[in-house]
Amino acid sequence: MRQTTPGHDFLRGIWRENPVLIHMLGLCPALAVTNTVENSLAMGVATFFVLCGSSLLVSLCRKFIPNAVRISTFILIIATFVTIADMSLEAIVPTVHKALGAFIALIVVNCMILGRQEAFASKRPVGRAMLDAVGTGFGFIIALFMMGAVREVLGNGTFLGYSVFGESYEPWVVMVLPPGGFLTLGFLLLAIHWLQRRRAQRRDAETEGELVARERAA
Amino acid sequence: MTTAPPPPPAPPETPAWRLISTLAVAGTLSGLLLVFVFQATAPAIAAYKAKMLRLAVHEVLGGPERYDTLYLVDGEFTPDLPDGAIAKDFKRVFLGYGEDGRPVGFAIEAAAPGFQDTVKLIFGFDAAKKQILGMKVLESKETPGLGDKIELDREWIDQFKGARTPLVARKPGTDTAEGEGGIDTITGATISSKAVIRIINGALKDLGPAVETYAAGEAKR
Repeated sequence: MRQTTPGHDFLRGIWRENPVLIHMLGLCPALAVTNTVENSLAMGVATFFVLCGSSLLVSLCRKFIPNAVRISTFILIIATFVTIADMSLEAIVPTVHKALGAFIALIVVNCMILGRQEAFASKRPVGRAMLDAVGTGFGFIIALFMMGAVREVLGNGTFLGYSVFGESYEPWVVMVLPPGGFLTLGFLLLAIHWLQRRRAQRRDAETEGELVARERAA
Repeated sequence: MTTAPPPPPAPPETPAWRLISTLAVAGTLSGLLLVFVFQATAPAIAAYKAKMLRLAVHEVLGGPERYDTLYLVDGEFTPDLPDGAIAKDFKRVFLGYGEDGRPVGFAIEAAAPGFQDTVKLIFGFDAAKKQILGMKVLESKETPGLGDKIELDREWIDQFKGARTPLVARKPGTDTAEGEGGIDTITGATISSKAVIRIINGALKDLGPAVETYAAGEAKR
């Protein structure tokens, strides 16, 4: 088991190992319900809640869960939290619940959540598991928010329901339809990987420059 | 997902009773927890659904003073259910009354396939005059920006007020013969608009006779 610092556990999921943008997990909700900012945030928060609850419980019970039935137990725990989230959303924000529809129930099969339980929470103490869950959950919300913002602004001309471009803007409707989800995700991944590569190249160039400078000094 | 690491050197076999009891305990606890959450949230959910239905009935009947629920039992509408029957098992309509206590019309729910998915709507119907009083789409997944106008376009929705049945879909700008309930379809959403008209006509074909019989009986009283 690789040792990591608590800060690393927390920060890792937010950007450098973002579940959606880098690990490519949980793409189903990321494509399906990000047609508006409101839906994206609601989905993000619901998943965040399920992830934190499950990680807490899995980490607490990790000594009692026999290896042979661990996956079934994880799924049972996750499903319980999903059902709680489903009922609470329907009671508190019925309009959002209606918009998300079947995708709330499908949080159960979000591989990002099961992945964090299997790879992390089931092997680490509670504190670390929670840091990891909160970080990964935030990373998921950020990724969904980026998708939702691009799609709502372009596809509907609004942000959280407020008009951005004014009356004269002709909405690019396809962006709020399913193809828009694929387009947005594709361009987002393209941009992020381009940024990463550029950063890596710059770092290489710097180390090379340092080596040259050192040789000259010698 | 995660690549399985090589199995650790033969861990001691866990006895079957431990596996079963772990799952049983976890299942029981999760079931108990869900019962509590369900009981805590059920009233709010039921209240919201009832409120939405009440608003819809008021909208399509033009704000009645009050309304009764009628159930279809053996082909006839009646306000009372047979003993021991569950309301959910029967088709229902809502009969609205005006300020003078006279019936203003029936609110009828109907659903059928639209362009993308099932369109669920409710409409008000005056059985004596054979007129539509109003229409409201309750649930639809029609194309945003085009088909969803059946839910949002005020001008289109207002056409239903006072339209005579059976409704006839027509291309905007063309006339229909006198006495027919012509409804202009929405440009770019022809299939969705025609679906709404088809749903209303279909529901009236099914329930219209029973509704008219009930209305005639009510008028005599």
